[in-house]
Amino acid sequence: MEFRDYYDILGVTREAGADEIKRAYRKLARKFHPDISKEPDAEERFKQVGEAYEVLKDAEKRAAYDQLGKNWQAGQDFRPPPDWDQGFEYHGTGFDEAQFSDFFESLFGQGRGGGRRAHGQNEFHMRGADSHAKVLIDVEDAFRGTSRTLTLKHPQMGEDGRPQLQERTLNVRIPRGVRQGQHIRLAKQGGAGIGAGEPGDLYLEVDFAPHPFFHVEGKDVYLDLPVAPWEAALGAKINIPTPDNRLDLKIPANSGAGKKLRLKGKGIPAKVPGDLYAVLRIALPPADSAAAKKAYREFEQASNFNPRAGMGG
Amino acid sequence: MNSKKTKLLSGDLIGEDEAITLAQLCRACELSEEEIIQLVDQGIIEPMGPEPAEWRFVSVSLRRVRITRNLQRDLGVNAPGAALALELLEEIEELRSRLRQLET
Repeated sequence: MEFRDYYDILGVTREAGADEIKRAYRKLARKFHPDISKEPDAEERFKQVGEAYEVLKDAEKRAAYDQLGKNWQAGQDFRPPPDWDQGFEYHGTGFDEAQFSDFFESLFGQGRGGGRRAHGQNEFHMRGADSHAKVLIDVEDAFRGTSRTLTLKHPQMGEDGRPQLQERTLNVRIPRGVRQGQHIRLAKQGGAGIGAGEPGDLYLEVDFAPHPFFHVEGKDVYLDLPVAPWEAALGAKINIPTPDNRLDLKIPANSGAGKKLRLKGKGIPAKVPGDLYAVLRIALPPADSAAAKKAYREFEQASNFNPRAGMGG
Repeated sequence: MNSKKTKLLSGDLIGEDEAITLAQLCRACELSEEEIIQLVDQGIIEPMGPEPAEWRFVSVSLRRVRITRNLQRDLGVNAPGAALALELLEEIEELRSRLRQLET
């Protein structure tokens, strides 16, 4: 296992006082909190920071950790020296220890085996805990329904009474009409029960993957639709993609950029289905040939259009 | 044939029609009824139905309760502080999503 430099994780020196450690921890906990931070490794960083603070805030644990010496480098392969912690005494913690690293376990996880708690506050509940996971789908999936294979990690009581992570693969049906942020509840697919207790439920939160030209707001779907200047100016009938199929859309003459054209009921399916909005964007044809340049010149002559009329020019 | 092939599971979609009860919300978020009622009093979640025994919660409640609970537990903020942080987080999320559309 790798040595962890708890001082480095909190960004403090080995001489740092208790107040300084507390401040550093609080700042980093806010920064890397998985519900706040958008950093991809936020959860891992948050756990490391919590683990480092768990050791450094406790005078006894910190003294024992310091005794390991300054010779260890973060990431170095680590085995605790025999009897390294002789003469130190630790008390239980309020933290969920199943979250901590093997490194932490090797130092502070021993000698309390019998009294270990299964899972947070659930020690007296026989029913397994409900668990939570996210499932990422595409906008199109909400129109047709789909299925997803998920691999979940569950803490489960091992034979030695310590929680261990176990992998489980599930194949889940994603129903048609599902929306961003909704949950699918799978009864009895959550954490295992203790003793004869039933397993908990599994809640899957549905998240839509970003799409290059659709985006979803509730039941409504927005299409970012590029049109040529002549289509917007003269009107046109154009063929557009929807998450379900393709449709013909009539662009009225003199449509400006940003104009929203509503296709009622073509959003996400439901009893009252959502709408589809095509939002026009005027694409500029390049003047990349003599003919195109000539056409632009002729257009310039034919119109007395001033795009900066509102600027007093 | 592979006998270990996992079968396809169907769950309940929690929407406006299939909302969850107070007891289910408590269990899913590992909170007591009193704690959930406090969050209702803070206006973090809005139940449908007149009184706790008949309350039903839509999907977004699950997410909001879990985030509020995590913030309270992990950062030591109180319920009004967590409610404020939650609202700001949701606003940032909305702004980020608009920014993404403008950038594409």
